[in-house]
Amino acid sequence: MSWLFRSLNSSVGKKVIMAVTGLSLISFLMIHLFGNLTLYIGREAFNAYVDTLDIIKPFIRVIEVVLAGIFILHIYNGIRLWIENRNARPVRYAVSGTAENTDFSSRTMFVTGSIIFIFLVLHLSTFWYNFNFTGHPETGSHDFYTIIVYWFSNKLYAVAYILSMALLTFHLNHAFQSAFQTFGWNHKKYFPLIKKIGLVYALIMGIGFASIPIYFSFICGGNQ
Amino acid sequence: MSENKLNLTLKIWKQAGTNAPGSFETHKVTVSPDASFLEMLDELNDGLEREGKDPVAFESDCREGICGTCGLVINGHPHGPVPRVATCQLHMRNFKDGETIYIEPFRAKAFPVLRDLIVDRSAFDKIMYAGGYVSVNTGGVPDANAIPIPRDIAAEAFDAAACIGCGACVAACKNASAMLFMSAKISQLALLPQGQAERHQRVEAMVAKMDELGFGACTNTYACEAECPKGISISNIARMNREFLVSKIVSKLTD
Amino acid sequence: MIKLDSKIPEGNISEKWTNHKFNMKLVNPANKRKYNVIVVGTGLAGASAAASLGELGYNVLAFTYHDSARRAHSIAAQGGINAAKNYQNDGDSVHRLFYDTVKGGDFRAREANVHRLAEVSGNIIDQCVAQGVPFAREYGGLLDNRSFGGAQVSRTFYAKGQTGQQLLLGAYSALNRQVALGTVKMMTRKEMLELVMVDGKARGIITRDLVTGTTEKWVADAVILATGGYSNVFFLSTNAMNCNTTAIWRAHKKGALFGNPCYTQIHPTCLPVHGESQSKLTLMSESLRNDGRIWVSKKKGDMRNANDIPEEERDYYLERKYPSYGNLSPRDISSRSAKEAFDDGRGVKGGEAVYLDFSDAIKRLGKHVIEDRYGNLFEIYETITGEHPYETPMMIYPAPHYTMGGLWVDYNLMSTIPGLFVLGEANFSDHGANRLGASALMQGLADGYFVIPYTIGNYLAENKPDGLKNSNEEFAKVEKDVNNITNRLLSINGKQTVDQIHKKLGRIMWNKVGMARNEKGLKEAIKEISELREEFWKDVKVVGKADELNQNLERAGRVADYLELGELMAVDALHRKESCGGHFREEYQTEEGEAKRDDENFAYVGAWEFEKNGKWNLHKEELKFDYVKLATRSYK
Repeated sequence: MSWLFRSLNSSVGKKVIMAVTGLSLISFLMIHLFGNLTLYIGREAFNAYVDTLDIIKPFIRVIEVVLAGIFILHIYNGIRLWIENRNARPVRYAVSGTAENTDFSSRTMFVTGSIIFIFLVLHLSTFWYNFNFTGHPETGSHDFYTIIVYWFSNKLYAVAYILSMALLTFHLNHAFQSAFQTFGWNHKKYFPLIKKIGLVYALIMGIGFASIPIYFSFICGGNQ
Repeated sequence: MSENKLNLTLKIWKQAGTNAPGSFETHKVTVSPDASFLEMLDELNDGLEREGKDPVAFESDCREGICGTCGLVINGHPHGPVPRVATCQLHMRNFKDGETIYIEPFRAKAFPVLRDLIVDRSAFDKIMYAGGYVSVNTGGVPDANAIPIPRDIAAEAFDAAACIGCGACVAACKNASAMLFMSAKISQLALLPQGQAERHQRVEAMVAKMDELGFGACTNTYACEAECPKGISISNIARMNREFLVSKIVSKLTD
Repeated sequence: MIKLDSKIPEGNISEKWTNHKFNMKLVNPANKRKYNVIVVGTGLAGASAAASLGELGYNVLAFTYHDSARRAHSIAAQGGINAAKNYQNDGDSVHRLFYDTVKGGDFRAREANVHRLAEVSGNIIDQCVAQGVPFAREYGGLLDNRSFGGAQVSRTFYAKGQTGQQLLLGAYSALNRQVALGTVKMMTRKEMLELVMVDGKARGIITRDLVTGTTEKWVADAVILATGGYSNVFFLSTNAMNCNTTAIWRAHKKGALFGNPCYTQIHPTCLPVHGESQSKLTLMSESLRNDGRIWVSKKKGDMRNANDIPEEERDYYLERKYPSYGNLSPRDISSRSAKEAFDDGRGVKGGEAVYLDFSDAIKRLGKHVIEDRYGNLFEIYETITGEHPYETPMMIYPAPHYTMGGLWVDYNLMSTIPGLFVLGEANFSDHGANRLGASALMQGLADGYFVIPYTIGNYLAENKPDGLKNSNEEFAKVEKDVNNITNRLLSINGKQTVDQIHKKLGRIMWNKVGMARNEKGLKEAIKEISELREEFWKDVKVVGKADELNQNLERAGRVADYLELGELMAVDALHRKESCGGHFREEYQTEEGEAKRDDENFAYVGAWEFEKNGKWNLHKEELKFDYVKLATRSYK
């Protein structure tokens, strides 16, 4: 199997790792968002959703481990590519033309990715940690809906959340079509469409996720 | 033809040798808007030589945009600000009077600077040695019309084959990746029936060679396509990726 | 005393090459790797030769002064490559291609060579297709052809307007394969500065590494020069900036005869000169003349813009003078007529350009048809000049483009120095006094793929490897000569730059040894060139050092050689008291102003032996025309 290791270690292989892990994460985000949107139905619906997840906990744990693995691989590989790619140009240009010859999402993948990673840590240390272990940070209640309300009542937290989702939109916009390009699914007829789908998907994810803090923090303050 | 001359400030990268430190040197020039960019440098050099000073070393040959010898990074753009034009066909009428122009060499670890604006692009040849050919000896080949090739396939192969090997893709890529260059050749030969026999080992060997030579990996920013003087499409990179993956999965090659 | 022996094989013309291939000696496959062959130049001829010899098993050292073999100027050829495939069923044949080429060359080429060229032309296309060269195709998937000047059949294969590029990349790929296999060693950025002869045979070369400046000695059993033409003697030409005569000129000074140096082709459709800083001329494909009409104002020094000159004041001079061929008259005739217009003060705004006008074609066919046919050429024109040919007529200008002359070679492509072979544009052989469009690519590849692999074997079989080393004293001696020239160039420290002197030489050549020549002008040119040469060696300024990347020094060495070659071109032009093809002597023309050949006295190759600077001895190879009847070229 050394051929496999070597293949994945090649420049194309590393792109493939990014694309495979990235697409997995993209699928995960979609499910995640659908779950989150139950918040809009109301407290019961959301709590019921979380309770359902609790019932299949062992399965969810497996998924979490796999997801964590995918995240780590995506991040590790991303950092490695970034370092290697930087080394490929030891002397930088005095004047750079990248602002004109690339689009914003594509050239900022490492930056947006890094910030999203910080967000992820924050996200896990609040919602995921509370849901799984402590319950409501103040009351210890396992009414998950109130945990959401609690965190988003912190405006600073909400703003950080929203900004991260904006960056996620950029990250996803490039990621989606980029994965297709990496797999070689670039066809004159379909590629423009893939790019559009990627943009629409990224916007849905970004707006969808960001709408929650906007709603809880700035519209109804959770007092419905 | 226009009469008004342009007064320009040039900031030109000077570097005595590969391991010598480099820096920008400033020159003021007055030039006709009808002159080409390289003719402006010719004139500058003629003046420098007259004063017994070292001219600016830069490369060019055909000055018709086809040999791929020239290549300067002008204000951050390989081959300058005009799309689909090689440095040698860039004309001064595209610049404004009083402008400051930065002229740098292609910068990449795999393209070490030899002197001033001249870089060593022999890494490109090495990628080609690894498999950029169809293994046929002279003589003993079938009649040219024995292999019909659909016109659109031939045209697509031609578009890939139009690469001039200048290295602007590497210079433009923020990762100094050679994938556009390499994929153009892989694409050409993967599209044509003549290239089928060696299709798998070609893509595997060429990718391995590119990695070994210190080029970066593609992150799909498509700067290469935007700066390519021949408009080589990034769909070639996609095709190369596909070829590579298919080969890795289905071929009997163990490396 | 050199005796020219063209070594044309016996027999009927169509059997000569077949018989010769059988009669030549062969080198045993196992012995081939014991031979070293040097190939200088990696254009179509050099790359194809190096690759083919590598495939046969010889040890090949391939040299180029470029950073890569792919940069050679063959890459800039646009139109196409001829081959007698008769795919169009329009009556083409080997004999017809042979006939057209001999006639197109104005009966100054060697019949046997041209016939061989036509014979192998088909194999070239097969070879290129097998390599993956993406030629243009018909809808059915078979190869497409176009027609070209000087032929009544469609036999030109093409790949858009980039045929030379695609063919060169094909040869380059074959070469790369041999480099990977280890049979060819690629020596880039090394310029040949001298030929080394041992016991009267070519045994090696001295090169200068263009990065480090070091001179190096290379030994071989045979040396092949495929270093292209010398149009840059005119300073402004369509040749690439680095094209030069140094390799063949140094070989010439070592004893190789120079054939027909005065035969130069001036291409009629180039972009005009914009000013003093102009570095080179850009060719626009000849195909433009299919729909464009060439004209100048009837008035001298007419300063009006093209669109302000009314129809009745325009002189469509080609249509007027050559009603049957009109704007499609051959290159030499078309160029010369343009010159007549400039000389008469009727060029564009009194200068040196004529109009190539598409307005009638646009009216007749519609803009989209013209865009379809010439869109990319119009774009190039716009990029360079900033004007739109759809709105104002193009301006064109004739420019030196190709040199039919070159080192004299026999039927085996060997020069008068044993072991020194010369291929492609660097030799004099196949195009006579004028080359037809799409024939240069054909000749380069024919020489490299299909001729030299056979003929060099015949020579090597008789010249066994003798273990010569580059420590041989002859190599040291020649290396010292090379270094002396370099040091001399660097020590002059005069006032004029290399380009200044090159431009002066160009002006002399263009005015007096250009499109139309006469005795007085040529005599003046000879004197002026030799004076300029003296001026160069007294007053040139070459900056920098010998042991570094020094482009100024590179150019200085090349111009020094042009200053000698230029004189020989004038000497040859002066001696050839006739007009033929690209050589037009004003004294020898018909009443209508057409070229007048003198077959009785000048049906020979003028091969010049170098004695010392300014002194050459003429040798003649009589040309016999047994298969093509000598006739006057007429395009009326």
